[in-house]
Amino acid sequence: MTTAAGLSRRHVLKWAGATTGIMVAGAMLPNFGISAALAADLGEGDVGVLNYAYALEQLEAAFYTQVIATPFNKMQANDQLILTQIRDHEIAHRDFLKGALGRNAIPDLEVDFSAVDFSSRKSVLGTAEVFENLGVAAYNGAGQLIRNVDYLAAAGSIVSIEARHAAAISDLINAFSKDTVGMQVDKSGLDGALLPSQVLPQAAPFIVTPVTANSLA
Amino acid sequence: MTQQLQILDEIEPELIDRVVATRRDVVLKYARMGALASAPIALALGANQAFGQELPQKIVDVLNFALTLEYLEAAFYNEGNKSRGLIPRDYRTVFKTIGAHENAHVKLLQGALGSAAVAAPAVDFTAGGKYPDVFENFDTFLTLSQTFEDLGVAAYKGQAGNLIGNGAILTIALQIHSVEARHASEVRRIGLRLGWDGAFDKPMSKAAVLTAATPFLA
Repeated sequence: MTTAAGLSRRHVLKWAGATTGIMVAGAMLPNFGISAALAADLGEGDVGVLNYAYALEQLEAAFYTQVIATPFNKMQANDQLILTQIRDHEIAHRDFLKGALGRNAIPDLEVDFSAVDFSSRKSVLGTAEVFENLGVAAYNGAGQLIRNVDYLAAAGSIVSIEARHAAAISDLINAFSKDTVGMQVDKSGLDGALLPSQVLPQAAPFIVTPVTANSLA
Repeated sequence: MTQQLQILDEIEPELIDRVVATRRDVVLKYARMGALASAPIALALGANQAFGQELPQKIVDVLNFALTLEYLEAAFYNEGNKSRGLIPRDYRTVFKTIGAHENAHVKLLQGALGSAAVAAPAVDFTAGGKYPDVFENFDTFLTLSQTFEDLGVAAYKGQAGNLIGNGAILTIALQIHSVEARHASEVRRIGLRLGWDGAFDKPMSKAAVLTAATPFLA
């Protein structure tokens, strides 16, 4: 436990630091806190962006897999239906990106959801809301980093599903509220858009990659 | 659609097998719609639009296309939100918020286009009498709301590729695109439906979108 926490913290620092130091194709891309050898496999430009998306989808897929495997107290049929479908979508997104990346894909990431109380509806849905909104903002912000029109189309086909998820989760938390359509939407009617350097510090606490100690040096 | 299928095919053959199996009917529908598309394009975008001097024509076209859809949506919700007894109390916050977003999108796109912005089209939400009770019957209103939102999502998605190279405008378009998707999801939920049709949303071409929108343009 101590070791895991230590690793996790070091990853946070690594991810946060990486965002200022790595320039790929004119854009700031993460190195995901993995070893230098593996980081080199991220590739440049679009591959880096796809790996970024792949990391976030891995995180979401793992989260919802856990949510369904260990249902929170008094999970209603509607909760179960929606969360199961979202799980299946995130798995499809993850597998799609992995397939698209082929041998350029980063390795499977190890996750750390110790901050989530999976027996609590409030904790699970609150975390889901954070992940979905972060995902939307991440894709919105990364679109401009993509050069290949086919990859942009693929990202577009994923991001609106994340936004649909975000609305559904907000509705489970507070039905028919302003948040269902308006969370992180500004006065110009614009959704969030964040660069990788802004997204990764928020995702990093949930990720403990299966790396050797050498890579943390 | 055809283009999207090719795109997915190049990226990941396995996925496409699964996706195509569920999409075949949709593909055929869009293919038929595309054949009807040339007249509505002229109708919706107008022949006498002024052109901005700073933005490339390709981007002006995309933004005016988006603006046309936003005009349509804004007019729809403005009418719906002021129709007494139409929207049940529980859902008024949602539709007020959606209406505010659509009006904000209109303002934003008008601002980006300046003098090149197209004028608002005349609208007919009964679609020539097909939906005569659209602002009296909540079920009808809800059906059209979902139609417009899902159409908006598909429309923005279909145009993203035309904005590559202009990061600022692409980002704004994406930021509108996901808001439309939030709307679509919640409107579907109010209609007791799931907020999505699957794990991947489909884009639509400009021609297909305009064909779908044309019945509502007077």
